[in-house]
Amino acid sequence: MFKKVLSLALVVVMITTMCFAFASCKKDNADFKLGVILLHDEFSTYDLNFINGINAAAKELGLTEAQVVFKKNIPESNECYEAACDLVDEGCDIIFADSFGHETYMIKAAEEFKDVEFCHATGNQAHVKNLPNYHNAFASIYEGRYLAGVAAGMKLNEMISSGKITADKAVMGYVGAFTYAEVISGYTSFYLGAKSVCPSVTMKVQFTGSWYDENLEKNTALALIDKGCVLISQHADSMGAPTVCEEKGVPNVSYNGSTLEDCPSTFIVSSRINWAPYIKYICEQNMAGKKIDTDWTGTIATDSVVLTEVNTKAAAAGTVEKIADVKSKLQAGTLHVFDTATAGFITVGGAAVTSHKVEDKEVVVDGYFQESKIMSAPYFDLRIDGIELMNEDYGD
Amino acid sequence: MAKKDNTARIHEPLFHIAKRDALPLGKTVLIRASAILISLVVCAIVCFVLIKINPLELYSTMFEGVFGTSRRIWKFLKDSAVLLCFALAVTPAFKMKFWNIGAEGQVLVSCLASVACMYYLKDSVDTWLLLIIMFVASVLAGAAWALLPAICKAQWNTNETLFTLMMNYVATNLVAFFLIKWTPDGSSSLGSLPYGHLPQVLNEYLLLIIVVALLTVGMYIYLKYSKQGYEISVVGESQKTASYIGISVKKVIVRTMLVSGAICGLAGFLIVSALDHSVTTESAGGQGFTAIMVSWLGKFNPFIMIITSFLMIFLQQGADRISTEFNISNAFPSIVTGIILFFIIGCEFFINYKIIFRQKEVK
Repeated sequence: MFKKVLSLALVVVMITTMCFAFASCKKDNADFKLGVILLHDEFSTYDLNFINGINAAAKELGLTEAQVVFKKNIPESNECYEAACDLVDEGCDIIFADSFGHETYMIKAAEEFKDVEFCHATGNQAHVKNLPNYHNAFASIYEGRYLAGVAAGMKLNEMISSGKITADKAVMGYVGAFTYAEVISGYTSFYLGAKSVCPSVTMKVQFTGSWYDENLEKNTALALIDKGCVLISQHADSMGAPTVCEEKGVPNVSYNGSTLEDCPSTFIVSSRINWAPYIKYICEQNMAGKKIDTDWTGTIATDSVVLTEVNTKAAAAGTVEKIADVKSKLQAGTLHVFDTATAGFITVGGAAVTSHKVEDKEVVVDGYFQESKIMSAPYFDLRIDGIELMNEDYGD
Repeated sequence: MAKKDNTARIHEPLFHIAKRDALPLGKTVLIRASAILISLVVCAIVCFVLIKINPLELYSTMFEGVFGTSRRIWKFLKDSAVLLCFALAVTPAFKMKFWNIGAEGQVLVSCLASVACMYYLKDSVDTWLLLIIMFVASVLAGAAWALLPAICKAQWNTNETLFTLMMNYVATNLVAFFLIKWTPDGSSSLGSLPYGHLPQVLNEYLLLIIVVALLTVGMYIYLKYSKQGYEISVVGESQKTASYIGISVKKVIVRTMLVSGAICGLAGFLIVSALDHSVTTESAGGQGFTAIMVSWLGKFNPFIMIITSFLMIFLQQGADRISTEFNISNAFPSIVTGIILFFIIGCEFFINYKIIFRQKEVK
């Protein structure tokens, strides 16, 4: 009798524990884990921007520190795959990598671990690989550049109306890193933003061949100023160009964060990518058991592209209002950055752009060049009129 | 027990340093063990003062990071094998007192040579044939990169340290150049190529580990028992003696550097065909320099070098784990590794020398 009671009791205990065990199998926010693979660490502005975005998203989602695992200083080699495997072993549900060269190794891991989601920023393979658990993401930073360009155009208009320069002398200078689509797309949208308010504007672009070379960026900015550029912007990571502008009293439109502190009298505005919305999106989709988009492009509307505060001391009067106005049009989709329909706005060799193919797909549709549509990574690489390239540099 | 002091009164410094005779093995082990122990204590103090982490937790994290999962153990073995391969490559040259700090560049050009074969031949030949072509190209490239400074050293007595260092930069820029050429999208990122993968034995690491293990034994025999190995040590001890007993110093320098470069070529081939299937300017990852420490600490003995490369990789992976686990910057784990290495290298001093304090006169 006693034995029977005991075995019955044991069965009951076992069943209840199993019930609890199964209950805890259900995906729970407390179980969720995000793994992050970074090329460098917080000492690089590029990776810092990701770290800040991830931390902000984690805070919003209420994730604990133990639920976000960072692997820093992971080179673009098999080590990326090894890091991803290690994160899988640690029970990560999503693994995110931040550097372009990580891509093939992330795909290798994604093919091996089918039940883990792999998200990769700046890559371009997801749409051709067609893996259900591998995804790319980028942001339409060209929209941010366009808005920054509007602020630049307003400043040029102010200089023209105050008699400081004549309309034909409205020349901007642009310090670019490499002659890649990412940079070309960036400076073209910046130029178009300026042109939308100041039609006579032209621009000179000079490349440094490096993402980070403070001296070279300084000298390049100086050379552009010497060639008659009255406003400078840049797509490179150091403080070189903004510092020179402050010394020379030339207005500057910055990138990847405010330079107001060091350049109080010349900094106008800056645009940057905010990764927090994407991280939040992938975490929420995963927790809810929903699919993550193969190619996700953050926009102004998703708050993935943000502008810093306008420095009213350097910017032209009315800049804040004008930016807000243009921003709402971009958000509403009534305005497109690469507008090919408006006559004379975008021309290549004097002719209008009516067709352009990327990977055999037409991207000039509905009167505008559809950037970041086929894949999230930028691919606009037309050399449009009004922009003069001083050199080309694909690397050192 | 007062002993009679017969020495004349001379002024003696508080202490002086004297070369030791060879210590018995037990004693050297004792000195090394206590050095490690002291370093751990110092690290513990630094750790507690700077970041308020329990030192025991710190060390257990390091162990966990290296031996925590079977995948980590394999990675530990693989990384050690790769580092050991670099170290085996520099060892013959170092034993000859030829300061070859160009392993980095020699491996990098051989990686480039391997990848060039993959890139241009693609699947036009069978994988086994492609692998052989890659291997030959890698070894030739590594050897060529080492040959140039060796010939200049032998012929005109140029400074091999500077020469090999400069060759590293040339190699890096050569890789950068080809990456730009091979990536029309301008990204300079080739990514993993699907050709010429080394076959897997059990997993993707084991074959590589076996190759390096065989190389280790081979290198031990070469240095210890072969005529060429003997010539290397004589040239290393004294070039004049070598010339006197009829060894052609020039020939030995060139030949030894060819061996060094060829092993670097093997390392490059293994990195490309077994691991990365690609090349970047970081493919050698600074291991060409770490290998120098492995080789020195191992006293140019390939078997001891196994232990020293284990030590280096243990510290490296343990440090990475600390950074991940406590979510702190990599700078702190680097401090810990620095302290431990300081004591380990420092204790060699006490093994080779003794400090003699001024003896108090006893009445």
